[in-house]
Amino acid sequence: MGHDKIVTSTAWSPGPGCHGGCGVKLFVQDDKVVRVEGDEQHPFSNGRACPRLLAMTQYMYHPDRITYPLKRVGERGTGKFERITWDEALDAIEEKLGRIRDEHGPEAVLFCQGTGRDIGGPISFLAYSYGSPNWVQLGLGGHSCYTPRLGAMMATQGDYAVLDAAQFSELRYDDPEYELPKVIVIWGQNPMPGCPDGFFGHWIVDCMKRGSKLIVIDPRWTWFASRAEQFLQIRPGTDGALALGLIHVIIKEHLYDKAFVEAWTEGFDELKARAAEYTPERVAEITWLPQDAIIAAARLYAGAKPAAIHWGVPIDMNPEGSTVAQAISHLWCLTGNLDVPGGNIIARPSHGVTTYPFSTQEMHELYGEEFVKRLNEKRIGANEYAMVRNFRGWAQPDLTVQQMLSGEPYPIKACWIQTSNILGGQAVDVRLHHEALKKMEFVVVADLFHNPTSMAVADIILPVASFAEKESFRSWWAPLQVIAPAVQVGECRSDWEINLELAKRFNPELKKRYETVKDLINDRMKVAGTSYDELKQAGGWVMPERGSASRPYRRYEKGLLRPDGKPGFRTPSGKVEFYSRSYAEWGLDPLPYFSEPPASEVRTPEQYEKYPLIMVTGRRSSVYFHSEHRMIPWLRECDPDPIVEIHPSVAKPLGIENGEWVCIENDQGRIKRKAVVTPIVHPKVVSVPHGWWLPEQAGQEPKLFGIWDVNCNVLTPTGTQSKSGYGGGAYKTTLVKVAKLREGRDRNG
Amino acid sequence: MGRKGLLIDYEYCTGCHTCEVACKQEHHYQPGQWGIKVNELVMETFHKVAVDYLPFPTDLCDLCVQRTAHGELPSCVKHCQAACMTYGEVSQLVQEMEKKAKTVLFAPK
Ligand code: SF4
Ligand code: SF4
Ligand code: SF4
Repeated sequence: MGHDKIVTSTAWSPGPGCHGGCGVKLFVQDDKVVRVEGDEQHPFSNGRACPRLLAMTQYMYHPDRITYPLKRVGERGTGKFERITWDEALDAIEEKLGRIRDEHGPEAVLFCQGTGRDIGGPISFLAYSYGSPNWVQLGLGGHSCYTPRLGAMMATQGDYAVLDAAQFSELRYDDPEYELPKVIVIWGQNPMPGCPDGFFGHWIVDCMKRGSKLIVIDPRWTWFASRAEQFLQIRPGTDGALALGLIHVIIKEHLYDKAFVEAWTEGFDELKARAAEYTPERVAEITWLPQDAIIAAARLYAGAKPAAIHWGVPIDMNPEGSTVAQAISHLWCLTGNLDVPGGNIIARPSHGVTTYPFSTQEMHELYGEEFVKRLNEKRIGANEYAMVRNFRGWAQPDLTVQQMLSGEPYPIKACWIQTSNILGGQAVDVRLHHEALKKMEFVVVADLFHNPTSMAVADIILPVASFAEKESFRSWWAPLQVIAPAVQVGECRSDWEINLELAKRFNPELKKRYETVKDLINDRMKVAGTSYDELKQAGGWVMPERGSASRPYRRYEKGLLRPDGKPGFRTPSGKVEFYSRSYAEWGLDPLPYFSEPPASEVRTPEQYEKYPLIMVTGRRSSVYFHSEHRMIPWLRECDPDPIVEIHPSVAKPLGIENGEWVCIENDQGRIKRKAVVTPIVHPKVVSVPHGWWLPEQAGQEPKLFGIWDVNCNVLTPTGTQSKSGYGGGAYKTTLVKVAKLREGRDRNG
Repeated sequence: MGRKGLLIDYEYCTGCHTCEVACKQEHHYQPGQWGIKVNELVMETFHKVAVDYLPFPTDLCDLCVQRTAHGELPSCVKHCQAACMTYGEVSQLVQEMEKKAKTVLFAPK
């Protein structure tokens, strides 16, 4: 097909739905995007693309896409909406939220997002301009998505670290400074389906081709597991014990990096004493892993230099997730793999530009320390959890839903829900969240498609632009990139545009600072010494400069990490703290430990007898981003049904055949899934992909696009959060049983 | 010019579905029509579960003549996330095969 122009841009969220980073070429004809391709010149993806990016045209021009503002005209849940203008929508929101602020205070409004992506920046900006401290990933049990890992890393090493795939260099693998990790540990992540946390999943394949060996830790035989030197098929929720077992072996066998430990860390003896409790024998019993495998993995990882760990969200979903993250991050410090080529390198937002405040420091820079402190007075969970109070700005989700229902200690009256399908996606205990949301006086949903959440509770719906329709910027982690609009679709507006407009209405001060979104972008990009137009002109992206704070390596030696410019790390002691002073100050155990999952064969044997299978949810699909894309024809046909993976040894005695619909249940509820009988799951585990709702079914109450039938979170509990408030959502450890459908009742229900 | 083909290095094919959707976009294929289709093989072997993927170009694969005619790569080859597909002359691809562990060569009509 022909085209009038090609717009190069950066993929980030609406569209592929992802955490972004790809360089993209948008082919435009007659003001329509007619084709989307990867940009060969771009160092993040080198022309590659995922299926969701390549199906963008079906997404952008889908007949069900919401392209103008809507207001609800029937009862909630009847699906009756009417077109209104932007002015009407924004005026109504200003009036309603303004009144709630006057009557109940700004904290009575929740600003709800799903997983990070591009939304954290604009939504926190709006929440704070309105004055609410309650920026929340509503429904996310234990706040188990990266924040526990980030918090643990920030506390113990003063920065975040990621596997080094040369992603901070324009030369990538050919950079002379770069070294390939000899061993890569893939811990609770499947890098195939997408790009977690700013990391292009297939970079791991790039490394494998160049010679990296794999250790894979997962309850499922992923493709990566089948190609690993060592595969540890772990019991879900016991990663903390394994990490401590590995530390045990590494210290006992003197496999750690003595020079690094001596020069740059503190608390080694305390960690050694703690790890001594986790003998391979004990860890084997906890984790279902053979002792030999634990010892061999420790030797393989610690014996290779450099080596790197790539981890996933199941770490956060462990009981005491922030503690498990602490233990795993100690591994790369103990072995001297921190911020060295081919190790786990410190990742800071490119050029120090903040799109989405990822740390308390960034929040202070954007909004001022005083303001951030003041938010803590009313921020839900900040009083209960010192770590929540002292790290980032989130409200704690499990406490939030309780407060929505109880009105204690103060009432919650409204929700601003932006590109988050709470009821079809992240919310544990869906019924509870449904009930809580229905209690709200006023709900705004900003999104691209109707979904169970918008159907159930939206009063006003705002149509959001895809990345191909907006002006934006990205600095997570590198390069610093611009997102350039190629077309306009309907009346859709970008999240930044919507939020800046409303922010100005709630905080007129902002009118002086930012007339347009571009002013805001330029303001944020000032620290990089560039602007939106300048960077766009220069090709759209730039890597951080060698020798700068956001470019590896060994920055701790060069004094690039600490605000005082001294060598060392940005921790209280200036060292990597195996014994965490911050954790101690927050009333937490300063050393890592293992805690049994809230429901398990060990902790709740009676329940286990009734429900003998561990449900792991959340295995990713390469054609979906969480709860998105089920309505995109090219994608849906690659992964058509909500399935459950069952081991043949479990399916056979139950008489379950491959492809048959079965029910999965526990005391909280029951759902239906199509059985995939496969040896890739552990026999004591069933894998139940998340994010399922059926856009082809009725959206109105009570069906809500089939969520009560297919959403796995009908079965997951709330209230399992870690002692720190961060981590512990039981997404990987809920006990269930599986049975054939009963004729009549289940088939028609 | 010799006959053209696609060499798949299935040691590295992750089954990511990119080739399928790349092809659909390129050719505006309707649901149900695939220029290439990824197959999965899962099998318990002696000590492990082997998980392999292999994309199979169908009769709807025209090797992207409209792209290759002006020097562009076929859409699937360009976008393949594992970069495990090579387009070229069959005789040259055969030489490539000598160097790799697990490959399949397709020469669609
Ligand atoms: S998921 Fe990865 S490949 Fe797909 S658009 Fe996002 S960054 Fe690009
Ligand atoms: S070469 Fe072109 S036509 Fe053939 S499978 Fe690949 S994308 Fe489809
Ligand atoms: S795009 Fe490449 S890696 Fe993905 S399924 Fe196709 S051949 Fe395999």
